[in-house]
Amino acid sequence: MSLRSPRRDRATGGALRRHRGLALLLVLPALLLLGALVVYPIGYSVGRSLFDASGHRFVGLDNYGAAFTDHATLTAVRNNAIWVAVAPALVTAVGLVFAVLTEKIRWATAFKLLVFMPMAISFLAAGIIFRTVYDADPHRGVLNAAAVAVHDTFTDQPSYPGARPRPGTGLDQADGGDVRVPAATGTVLLPLVGVQPGAVPATARTARPADGDGVRGTVFLDFVPGGGGHPGQLDPGKKGLPGVKVQLHDGARTIATTTTADDGTFRFSAAPSATASVVLPAADFAAPYRGIDWLGPAFVTPAIIGAYTWIWAGFAMVIIAGGLANLPRETIEAARLDGAGEWQILRRITVPQLAPVLGVVFITMVINAMKIFDLVYVIAPGPVQQDADVLALRLYLVSFGGGNDQGLGSALSVLLLLLVVPVMLLNIRRFRGSRS
Amino acid sequence: MRLRRTLPTLAASVALAATATACGSSGGGTGGSTTQDLKGQSLTVAAVWSGTEQENFKKVLDVFTAKTGATVSYTSTGDNLSTVVGSKIEGNDPMDVVMVAQPGVIKQFADKGWLAPLSPAVTDTAKKNYAGIWSSLGTVNGTQYGLYFKAADKSTVWYNPTAFQNAGIQPPTTFDDLLKAGRTLSDSGTPAFSVAGQAGWPLTDWFENIYLSQAGPELYDKLTKHEIPWTDPSVGKALTTLGKVFGDRQLVAGGGQGALQTDFPTSVQQVFGPQPKAAMTYEGDFVGGVIASELKKQVGTDAKVFPFPAVDGGKAPVMGAGDAAVVLKGAKHPEAAQKLVEFLAGPEAAAVWAKAGGFISPNKAVDPSVYPDDTTRQFAKSVIDAGDAFRFDMSDQAPAAFGGTAGQGEWKDLQDFLANPSDVQGAAAKLEADAAKAYKG
Repeated sequence: MSLRSPRRDRATGGALRRHRGLALLLVLPALLLLGALVVYPIGYSVGRSLFDASGHRFVGLDNYGAAFTDHATLTAVRNNAIWVAVAPALVTAVGLVFAVLTEKIRWATAFKLLVFMPMAISFLAAGIIFRTVYDADPHRGVLNAAAVAVHDTFTDQPSYPGARPRPGTGLDQADGGDVRVPAATGTVLLPLVGVQPGAVPATARTARPADGDGVRGTVFLDFVPGGGGHPGQLDPGKKGLPGVKVQLHDGARTIATTTTADDGTFRFSAAPSATASVVLPAADFAAPYRGIDWLGPAFVTPAIIGAYTWIWAGFAMVIIAGGLANLPRETIEAARLDGAGEWQILRRITVPQLAPVLGVVFITMVINAMKIFDLVYVIAPGPVQQDADVLALRLYLVSFGGGNDQGLGSALSVLLLLLVVPVMLLNIRRFRGSRS
Repeated sequence: MRLRRTLPTLAASVALAATATACGSSGGGTGGSTTQDLKGQSLTVAAVWSGTEQENFKKVLDVFTAKTGATVSYTSTGDNLSTVVGSKIEGNDPMDVVMVAQPGVIKQFADKGWLAPLSPAVTDTAKKNYAGIWSSLGTVNGTQYGLYFKAADKSTVWYNPTAFQNAGIQPPTTFDDLLKAGRTLSDSGTPAFSVAGQAGWPLTDWFENIYLSQAGPELYDKLTKHEIPWTDPSVGKALTTLGKVFGDRQLVAGGGQGALQTDFPTSVQQVFGPQPKAAMTYEGDFVGGVIASELKKQVGTDAKVFPFPAVDGGKAPVMGAGDAAVVLKGAKHPEAAQKLVEFLAGPEAAAVWAKAGGFISPNKAVDPSVYPDDTTRQFAKSVIDAGDAFRFDMSDQAPAAFGGTAGQGEWKDLQDFLANPSDVQGAAAKLEADAAKAYKG
């Protein structure tokens, strides 16, 4: 840059020109390459963004207008903002924690190798791995398998998941809640349907009316395999449902609890009354817990950022650990002698001294997060792709992925460029600052 | 390896050639006699088919070689048919015959001037052997360029016979019966449908079957060309009907939310896998391939099919797809190429592949007895019986941005509708907005 050093100013004009000519000659190959691979494509994209999809009609700034009014593009911009706000900080923080911790443990190299390993996997493969990790089906997605396992340890398994009262037989069920029937007369019938074929235990016997006094009744599967029978009635071939919890309520108060016998019958000693009702608690019929919808519209971006962190944390760790190794030990030891705690040392000494390295990692990650594409493309399933969309993916989809509108796609690429340039400038300045 | 494969093929083709001569007069095809008048000519044929389909198609080509003496070489283009064909044409080395799936691609090729019109001999044979709809699907601006050789039936509902037996129901023939049967199935403990909502395209097929039956073929054609908007009352009516299934937790395994997490292979597995989670799944004839190859179940006994039922008193829909042969302009042996297409238009060529399985022909002259099993015969019969009422998959004819891209357009809008089936107006408005954008470009 600074060709015009004070000493050269004193040189003769001819020598200066010669110098310049030589310099130009030497940078020419690089300039040509840069021109062909960077400047020309940027210029072409800017020009292309002023034309319509076919590339023949000049539309001025219409594509930019479309970009800012299109709901999908605005979502992509919002998601990019989330990415830039969260991902670089998260990666840097996790990398810092790993770097500091590995200083203190044995087998540090092995640990570092392990954390760095994801960098060796292509992003496409990493995306596919996490698509499976986040899968909603607990039999496939490891996260939901864990969630379901934890959930099921703390709650009872429903005996008849998905079962519900036969409609039109006077049984109330408040939105997946308790099944309730008034017990004004002595005998009540509780016909249920929707019991999964394998869920009825082998011990179940044919349902029959309950004997005895008091409030009594039968909980039974109101379905004859192969069809037939009358809805809501005890027909031959209908099985009682054993092991269902039954409560007797008086008003809102539970006065007795029992479970059904093998033929589905139950009996309370209390006499029927106008305020009494028989209730089957919802817990026996709850649909099985399916875990968390990681890749649903709400969680998809955080989930992908999680995968991103898994990949990049190792990279951040290695760079930061490198910086950490070069730090002067004296300050830390002096602080320790003065009685500073480890947390204080980390906050007041290590981090400030590491600031340049952390800055490099952070800014590299910012640029990286801005152009994030592959993970989102691979992990987000079709129905939520728009919810997870980011600018780089949007511009690809608009240009090539079915949209075939390279005008709008170019406009998006120019927007992305404008967003990245300030960060780039910042980075260049830092480089220059650190060199001087 | 190679020898073992060619020998039976050769034997088969000789046998076929013999039968063809025997019934040559009745078939009305290419004239069954085995002449070698194309000897020395070599044709190149390209299609997307690979694997089993490629092998079976080669059997067809082998018979052509045996009959005419022309040698035919086959190239599989993979999924990027348009790109491969385009670069071959630009490189001045076009194939002779290309198998193209969508009518839209035929039109695109024709508009670019890549296609040669089919010879009168071909179009006459087609007129005789095919319902008019098939010729018109291959026709652009009054000139026929494409000859549909292979068809697909996408109006098929696959069901688990054990679940039906357990619930005591029979395959329904009307949509209302279908809903009723679905509720009975749900009462028996097996949710009615597994819907592959995560994939998107099965939802478009659901809609198209309902729309074709409820609104009729004329409106279907208009909506296909976007001559009527998606906000048309007929669309709202079809969406409401579709919502009767999608909005009923008892009818869709896992409800709308569960369906949106179900991809296509999973939806088939949920019905025919080890522990059935649903009794039925709706998708085209190709489901049979997934059942047989991936789940190792027997189509016809472990898995059965009924035609998509008629909606609101309309005719039962027959909607599907197909593959058409086109001759490229600049083909090196145009005459032989036309002869090959003419051969494909005859019943004999179709019979070769039909026998091998995984193939149905839109050709009326094909003897139904050539199909290897009843299920395939059933598909072929419904396509033939539908005649001119057959309609090509609507989303396949729409611009890709609307009808063929994951995460946007019709796929996305119907997925949103699956998540919230009560909002018919909103779904129709979104479909129209996306369609307007895509059809404009």
